[in-house]
Amino acid sequence: MNNPPTTEPVDHETEHYAHDVSKHVRGYLIVGGTLLFFTALTVFLSYVNFGTQKANVAVAMVVATIKAGLVAYIFMHLSAEKKLIYRILIFTAIFVFGLFWLIYLAWYDPVVH
Amino acid sequence: MEIPYTVTARPDTGLWNAKVGIWLFLASEVMLFGGLFSAYIFLRLDAEPGYWPHGLLNVPVGTGNTAILIASSVTVVLAWAALKMRQFTRYKIYMGITILCGVAFLVVKLAYEWPQKFEHFGAYIKPSALEKYEPYLGNKHLLSEGLPPRVEITGHLHNHEALHDASIKDYEVGLDPIYTDPTNPKMDRPHFLYVPPTEKIAHIDKADVDRATMFLPTHNTYFATYFTITGLHGLHVLGGVIVFTYLWLPFGSRLYRQNPEHLANRVEVAGLFWHFVDLVWIFVFPLFYLL
Amino acid sequence: MDASSSVSHAAHDHHDTAHEHHELGFFRKYVFSTDHKVIGLQYLITGLIFLFLGFCLMMLMRWQLAYPGKELPVIGNLIGRMLGPGSMNNGVMTPEFYNSLGAMHGTIMIFLGIVPVAFAAFGNFVVPLQIGAPDMTFPKVNMASYQAFFVGGMIMLISFFVPGGAAKGGWTSYTPLADIADKGPGYDVIFNGQTLWLIGFILLITSSLLGAINFIATIIQLRAKGMTWMRLPFFVWAQFVTAFLLLLAFPPLESAIVMQLMDRVAGTSFFLPTGLVVNGTAVSISGGGSPLLWQHLFWFLGHPEVYVLILPGMGIVAEVIANNTRKPLWGYKSLVLAALVLGFLSFIVWAHHMWLTGMGTAVSAFFQTTTMIISIPSVIILSAFFISLWGGSIRFTVPMLFATAFLPMFGIGGLTGIPLAFNSADLYLHDTYYVIAHFHYIVAPGTIFAVFAGIYYWFPKATGRKMNDFWGKVHFWPSLICMNAIFLPMFLQGMLGMHRRWYDGGEGWTLASEKVWGLSGFHWNLPISIAAWTMGVAQIPFIINFFWSIRHGQKVGINPWEATTLEWTAPSPPPHGNFLTPPVAYRGPYEYSLPGRAKDFTMQTEPVEPNERAPHEPAMSLSH
Repeated sequence: MNNPPTTEPVDHETEHYAHDVSKHVRGYLIVGGTLLFFTALTVFLSYVNFGTQKANVAVAMVVATIKAGLVAYIFMHLSAEKKLIYRILIFTAIFVFGLFWLIYLAWYDPVVH
Repeated sequence: MEIPYTVTARPDTGLWNAKVGIWLFLASEVMLFGGLFSAYIFLRLDAEPGYWPHGLLNVPVGTGNTAILIASSVTVVLAWAALKMRQFTRYKIYMGITILCGVAFLVVKLAYEWPQKFEHFGAYIKPSALEKYEPYLGNKHLLSEGLPPRVEITGHLHNHEALHDASIKDYEVGLDPIYTDPTNPKMDRPHFLYVPPTEKIAHIDKADVDRATMFLPTHNTYFATYFTITGLHGLHVLGGVIVFTYLWLPFGSRLYRQNPEHLANRVEVAGLFWHFVDLVWIFVFPLFYLL
Repeated sequence: MDASSSVSHAAHDHHDTAHEHHELGFFRKYVFSTDHKVIGLQYLITGLIFLFLGFCLMMLMRWQLAYPGKELPVIGNLIGRMLGPGSMNNGVMTPEFYNSLGAMHGTIMIFLGIVPVAFAAFGNFVVPLQIGAPDMTFPKVNMASYQAFFVGGMIMLISFFVPGGAAKGGWTSYTPLADIADKGPGYDVIFNGQTLWLIGFILLITSSLLGAINFIATIIQLRAKGMTWMRLPFFVWAQFVTAFLLLLAFPPLESAIVMQLMDRVAGTSFFLPTGLVVNGTAVSISGGGSPLLWQHLFWFLGHPEVYVLILPGMGIVAEVIANNTRKPLWGYKSLVLAALVLGFLSFIVWAHHMWLTGMGTAVSAFFQTTTMIISIPSVIILSAFFISLWGGSIRFTVPMLFATAFLPMFGIGGLTGIPLAFNSADLYLHDTYYVIAHFHYIVAPGTIFAVFAGIYYWFPKATGRKMNDFWGKVHFWPSLICMNAIFLPMFLQGMLGMHRRWYDGGEGWTLASEKVWGLSGFHWNLPISIAAWTMGVAQIPFIINFFWSIRHGQKVGINPWEATTLEWTAPSPPPHGNFLTPPVAYRGPYEYSLPGRAKDFTMQTEPVEPNERAPHEPAMSLSH
């Protein structure tokens, strides 16, 4: 093949990478703390009356999306991921939103509502 | 010819095989839970006013379980980082904690949360009989507040045999606090702390009841989605725990001695799956426990 | 295996020192194999058996349609004894059994026949060879994929033998019918037709997901040196898009299947509406569910599934056409783009299967528009194939016969689908034989012909021998005639309004007595049935030819068709690891009849010569 697989990791690369990783450990702990904080926040906000149920749902979903984003971006290393993975995910995201949106459309019947 | 790029990255994509594989798998998982959540949206939008219950789950326990999952997500990424830095003992410790967290999550779910629901009782009152149970329901008060009506009375069922025995004409229900003081504005919205059913007994005539069961999947569409989604999520947690245990046991040490980078890659892939399971829970928690 | 054969294997190893891999035992080599070629052949054989089984179910149904309520001689009593009087009572088909046959015909043909053969078998065998890879990226996952498929298929078969028989709710399993099916007296929670159908389906979906992940990862990661995206044979592109469809469309159906399973086993009401009354009594359910939700989730898979069925077929046809016209495939780049657009659009047309559910006008308008748009890439692909024939010196080999027959057959199937895309026309034609004829033209003389083309085409690669030409033609011509004799009259029946699920074949339907071309709609059933049975007979030459040729076919070299793609540089059959030296691709996949060359084909592995005209290769960068 164009690049025969090397089973032995190249030493200087690994060291460089290890150094890189050690810098990240602190970041992982901070993100973990942030996630716990957001969990407490979302519980708290669910008992605050934002006027309508819909508003409460929207607020909770915003917080959940931030949390999910943190997990995906930091823990799942999307911050330093290759283009290819992004392509797959964007593609998937389009369809998942299509599914949600069209099921909503199907529920919404202008004759009845 | 051997299969290339099992450990090292292919130059033009910059990825090793399993990394591509796991992300493709996660894409399919997104669609799987996407289907379930779209069912949740559809059923919730479709529910008649009052027929989508709120505040029936134990929020502090759910919050605790969320914290456990988040903690395990942190430890699994630390375990991976430890492997990258070739600190095998640390890896063992962090991975051990992750496995414990996963098991703890499942124990809380299966030994506490679900059984607690199975022992709870709810009876949907026929629309024609709602007036009769107004003292428990407080619908006039809710109407004046612009809130959806209550159509169900929940609590602890004292005469269990009534569920099967047609000769028993009523249900004896130890009421949940909300039905003991329905017009109190404090009861308009769910509470954070779980309060067990009171000793105040209500007799609910079977003739006035549309449908009465314990909080099983069959009780209503809310519990149907709750048990299905958390059940499927629980299966994912179980799968993750099994994979982690496999990587933690002697197999991990052997692979570490042969090729530490390969073990790190496997932990990263398993970790990606675990983070996804965490990510699903981040949405499950508010949708079922809080809203 | 017995001791003597393992000894002989050991002795063989000892002498054959040049052989790098030691021989595996029978089970490791053929049953629990991780080699993509063996898995491909496993899929092929199992899939072909299921295809034939699904066809047998249909031949039984054709008896009931041609002679409603008449005893089926010999076979009828045999089946009655095997499956109980609930199936063929004294040789006469019961309505329940008729429904089972219909539902299982669809399920088996689509999910146990076409998908395993067209996608999994050809994909597994051919794709790694065509991209110059040693195997799939995840060989063990590949094995698990086949095993899940096999177990799922067995569960589907077992369901014929449980009390009440196999699933009866149609291959679409519409709720609430499917939710409450079989729930009569003696209802067993697990061992009833519909529940086993659901459990089997979960395994089939798992199998497809594992396969799809493997295919995509293989195509992305294991392309040989120089095998850029725009040098991939069109077949690989078709499989790539198909794998994405399976990957993203199957999980929503899996979620729906899990929900229907919950409905049946745990008593939930995901798909059961409030106030459901069955046989005059209210059902004890919570209600609050929605039958429409099932339809949406089902067709979210169901429509991409149509392209899962046809795209691999198109891929095979592209290979065979390019090879036998001896000229480059016309419009390679537009073919690839059309396949990608087709894949994308197939996700947003699904509700055109649901016009009768009374969706709002806005939703209908959206789906009618997208359905119209999706015909464009299909027409691009078909046109490119037709234009490829133009000016070629065509070799009418057996694979080419099937591939050329594919073109008009798929054309008829596609064009007759256009009226169904319109809400107003579909209201009349919905669920009639017109629909049956339309989609069978695409899948039966379409995909299945492509599959036959593929089998005849790649058989020499798998075995080192060719299938017999004469018997191939004996297989082809009757098949082509019978296919049309079966499905053309169905358009007429459909336009008379004959419903696709009638047990009596329309005998009691007034409009079915109207005469078309000298026969009433109902009486057209008999010639159709005769054509179907003849078609069954016409498959016998193929079956014999297939098995006979494995050992006795004409021996051929590694590139008998004088083709250009990489699989023809590997030995036939390819060893474990496929290629003796890692192949390198220097040019596009269809370099036929290059000017100034001694031979009329130039393989992808032949370096570009300095004085050669710039190779025909569209430049386009994807994912680098």
